[in-house]
Amino acid sequence: MSNEELKAFVSKIIPEAVFEEGGQYLNVIVDAVLVRKLLEELRHESTTGFDFLFCLSGVDWKTHFFVVYHLESKHNKHIIVIKAKVNREEPVCPTVSDIWRTAELHEREVFDLFGVKFTDHPDLRRLFLDDTWGFPLRKDYVDDTTIVSL
Amino acid sequence: MNLFETESSKLVESEEDFVVNIGPQHPSTHGVLHLKIKLEGETVKDVEPHLGYIHRSIEKMSEAGNYRQFSYLTSRMDYLSSHMNNQACAIAVEKAIQVEVPKRAQVIRILMAELTRLASHQLWWGAMGLDIGAVTPFFISFRDRESILEIFEDTCGTRLTMNYNVPGGVMLDLHPNFQKRVRELLPILKKNLKEYDDLLTGNVIFEERTKGVGVISGADALSYGCSGPVARASGVSCDIRKWHPYDGYEEVKFNEIIETAGDCFARYKVRMLEMWESISIVEQLIDNIPEGEFQAKTKNVLKPAKGEWFVRVETARGELGVYLISDGTANPYRVKFRSPNFSNLSALKHMAVGGKIGDLVAIMATLDLVIPDIDR
Repeated sequence: MSNEELKAFVSKIIPEAVFEEGGQYLNVIVDAVLVRKLLEELRHESTTGFDFLFCLSGVDWKTHFFVVYHLESKHNKHIIVIKAKVNREEPVCPTVSDIWRTAELHEREVFDLFGVKFTDHPDLRRLFLDDTWGFPLRKDYVDDTTIVSL
Repeated sequence: MNLFETESSKLVESEEDFVVNIGPQHPSTHGVLHLKIKLEGETVKDVEPHLGYIHRSIEKMSEAGNYRQFSYLTSRMDYLSSHMNNQACAIAVEKAIQVEVPKRAQVIRILMAELTRLASHQLWWGAMGLDIGAVTPFFISFRDRESILEIFEDTCGTRLTMNYNVPGGVMLDLHPNFQKRVRELLPILKKNLKEYDDLLTGNVIFEERTKGVGVISGADALSYGCSGPVARASGVSCDIRKWHPYDGYEEVKFNEIIETAGDCFARYKVRMLEMWESISIVEQLIDNIPEGEFQAKTKNVLKPAKGEWFVRVETARGELGVYLISDGTANPYRVKFRSPNFSNLSALKHMAVGGKIGDLVAIMATLDLVIPDIDR
């Protein structure tokens, strides 16, 4: 599918989705509440068939978080980037670990470093750090030991 | 909370469950990986990895450094493919500041990357033999790897954490002896690769330990995000050098090695055959290094425009992704490393459950995990 066709496909499912173009891939910004519905369709619909989640990352934009899904379809050979906008006060995002199994560890990493809670995640615990740490990749994180100063 | 206290685990549900800890200090984990394994007799019921023993928060440190500095940290992630890690960062910054890399630098990068892949696979082969119970391969592989590292030392000054790729090209020109030494080395490596096959590949005990062990299907491998030799052994075509060529890989002739069995032996075979492909790539390029600049001219302080870039590179273990976000200042706003080992590790449970605990060691050996790349 070309980017135009993908855009039409996404807007049919989520009419309020915002598109960012001009970058490397087609970027779609949707609210975290709606993202699961979109991702399920993108995975299971045969014309899109995104079977490979090659990156799941969190980004702190100070007013909100983005949970960014980089998706590739091995069969249809196209790539799309979905950005789920997560409220910073109450960071909650639905899990996709049952759609792509790799998301289980990646979501735990985002939870560990950003504090985004993934609802219905089978095993949401801190991954690298223990419970006494804050969330170091948040931009307002203060490092007590000042090993890292920004 | 005490740092040495293990975090709460979901593993132990009743007192009858027998739980064994492998690691964090254990020879078969090749680093500080801690596995909690639930057993019934000798059969593995559940595996739970505990990470964080070597977490240095490289992503946070990258935000503190500038666009030249953060790639040096990546040599410390997957230290056996440090060259490809640096390459991914260099390409990401080049895309951000829109710099063309000279042809000579591209060829040098491919040569170095393939030599790194060879050295990495050699080390894996030796360690794999050791894990399965054969001690001799370890010495043979280290002997051969040493000769490659010496070539790196001539040009880069270091043997493991090369830091040789910089935005715009490579840091220094090739050592005058580089071509001569590589040309001399190739026939020796070819001879020795046959010796590798004689020692392990046809061995009955070795085949018994690896054939049909730790099977994962292609669809599962994709779902678990596996890449590199692990996914290719399950019949998934995923070589980034073929799918999304970078640094002139589209002009080099090589085959993507794909096996379909999905077991430990298939993963072993993929890596063994990949070594031959790497040698063939080096052979194609070693006499055809173009003359010219080895580094494009860049400004002292790199300030890319606002935007984001994603670069995918095939390291010795699979796909490394660098997700770089710039806010227009001299420091990266966010750098995310999609490390191949992190995703490959998540398939471990799927492969090991139902098998014997001895098979777990064989599976770990063929996953070829490098722990600092998982923890970052």
